[in-house]
Amino acid sequence: MHLPALPVLLPFFAAVLILFPWFNKRLMWQRVVTQLAFVMLVGISCLILFKTLTGAPLAYALGDWEAPFGIYLLADPLAAFMLVVTSVLALCTHLYACGSDDKTGRFFHPLFLFQLMGLNGAFLTADAFNLFVFFEILLIASYSLLIHGGGRERTRAAQHYVLYNLIGSAFFLIALALLYRAFGTLSIPHMALLAPQLAEESIPLAQSGGLLLMVVFGVKAALLPLHFWLPRTYSTTSISVAALFAVMTKVGVYSLWRIHTVVYGHESGELSDLGVEPLAWLSGLTVVAGSIGALASQTLRWLIANLIIISVGTLLMTVAMGTTESVAAGMYYTLHSTLMSGAFFLIAGLLLMQRGQAEDRFVRSRPLVYPVFTGVLFAVAAMAMIGLPPFSGFLGKVFILQAAVASGDAMWVWPLILLSGLVALISLSRAGTTLFWRTQGSVVPEAKEKVLATHRISAGVLVATTVLLVVLAGPLTEWSVQAAEELHTGVTLQFLNGGQP
Amino acid sequence: MELIYAVTVGVMVSCSVFLMLRGHTFAVVIGLTLMSYAVNLFLFASGGLALHEPAILADDVEYTDPLPQALVLTAIVIGFAMTAFALILAIRARADLGNDQVDGRALPGDSLANKESQGKVRQSSVKSTGGSSR
Repeated sequence: MHLPALPVLLPFFAAVLILFPWFNKRLMWQRVVTQLAFVMLVGISCLILFKTLTGAPLAYALGDWEAPFGIYLLADPLAAFMLVVTSVLALCTHLYACGSDDKTGRFFHPLFLFQLMGLNGAFLTADAFNLFVFFEILLIASYSLLIHGGGRERTRAAQHYVLYNLIGSAFFLIALALLYRAFGTLSIPHMALLAPQLAEESIPLAQSGGLLLMVVFGVKAALLPLHFWLPRTYSTTSISVAALFAVMTKVGVYSLWRIHTVVYGHESGELSDLGVEPLAWLSGLTVVAGSIGALASQTLRWLIANLIIISVGTLLMTVAMGTTESVAAGMYYTLHSTLMSGAFFLIAGLLLMQRGQAEDRFVRSRPLVYPVFTGVLFAVAAMAMIGLPPFSGFLGKVFILQAAVASGDAMWVWPLILLSGLVALISLSRAGTTLFWRTQGSVVPEAKEKVLATHRISAGVLVATTVLLVVLAGPLTEWSVQAAEELHTGVTLQFLNGGQP
Repeated sequence: MELIYAVTVGVMVSCSVFLMLRGHTFAVVIGLTLMSYAVNLFLFASGGLALHEPAILADDVEYTDPLPQALVLTAIVIGFAMTAFALILAIRARADLGNDQVDGRALPGDSLANKESQGKVRQSSVKSTGGSSR
């Protein structure tokens, strides 16, 4: 069965196909092929999710090389959930890009597909070096997507982002060299198996490698002292790309789960709970920094970027707790915050087109063409983002609060989460009142043509996923607990090493 | 041999850190290149250093670990692409922002533009800050 390899191969082949010269002048065909690829990707990832939830995790040996030497793609429920959420987000954001962002330069669609290939690969791989390779694929695609369309601000933001991430990649390689020296392998399940009985002289190497990896993933996830790239990057790039980037920070969190919760988990002997204490402090401070940034934001996009920092801080708290419940809660929250951050960027895009010169700044402007539609989307997304019932943000936060009680971390987790919710409430109310009610004059004349049906559909669908997350909350929580257990108890490890030397 | 190797890597990393902390994009890109060389050497050493040994697995002979070599090869290829991208971006930024500082703001005492005329630099720095706040 080649099913686990498809989420990587499908975007790759679709991208190569539309790079052929025949497609150069046929933008519509590029759109159709890309959309088709994303629809198929949603189907494939749902199928993988179904198979992993009902049966064993799917392992795929690349080139059929077996366990100790070969590289595996491993689809366990956690990876499958990330695949589903990424493909749904990509489908909606790409639909939004059709007709606006994709006309400002060439190769938008292939780059979008390559981005998906890198993301899916990073979620699926069970090998640390392979993870590095997929990180580089998703990064180089993100560099190009970031400056797509050009402009001074974009170039400046991209320059910081690129140089910063290149240094991050160098650190990644150093960490991998240390880990290889310590473990003698880079396969993550194998490392987890070896961790409890590591030789005495290898332990410092494994510890320094693990901590360096934490820094690298902190760069991707926007952990406190490493998060300054995020607001400018996200608020200057085009709307659809910013919305897709909502999943990029989660790749860092996911990798922390994959490597730190598993290899450096509670039962890893000398390596247990490596760097958990600084991570707890920094995640808390990330929430504080994001809250301050949210209160100080002057544009909607900048505000969303800071809300993303808050949600990343919240997720990193669950990594620091490191229990099964916290990972399960974090997973549900990941689904919610990825989709909602993406949706919020699309709403910002709708506002941007309707408000003319005022763009998304919090100033008095001309009234909107679609005030009711945009307003309802904004209200729903804002309530979900803040964590007000009945939407998914509320449930996600409740699960995290419960997990904190169970692991004895309630003292510092509760105040931070509740206060950051209050901050989000204040800043989003302020944003909403200004954007929708402080208006004067007539509507922007060209706004009607600018806001296409595809824009409204994609934003509407993405916002509607929060309702879906609430309706499916029962099974979703069961599945997320199952996913977290399989991450922890190492069903995947036994599976990989069952019958193998 | 290990000592020379370690010192070499260390010197390269410290030079690259010095270069990366400079304000000019060109120096930063050179620093990144140097860093990736040093990292590649480090990665290569992770399998242990051995001279004149075959790169195959066997029980009875000493061998060099072939895996780090494969890793280095991959890292070199990726590093190449990334450096090329960073260079192109630096040139683009030079054109878009009018100077070669990493944050896009020319310094009043900038040595590159300074020689031509002091006043011109002042003007352009004012312009670029004005542009950023817009």
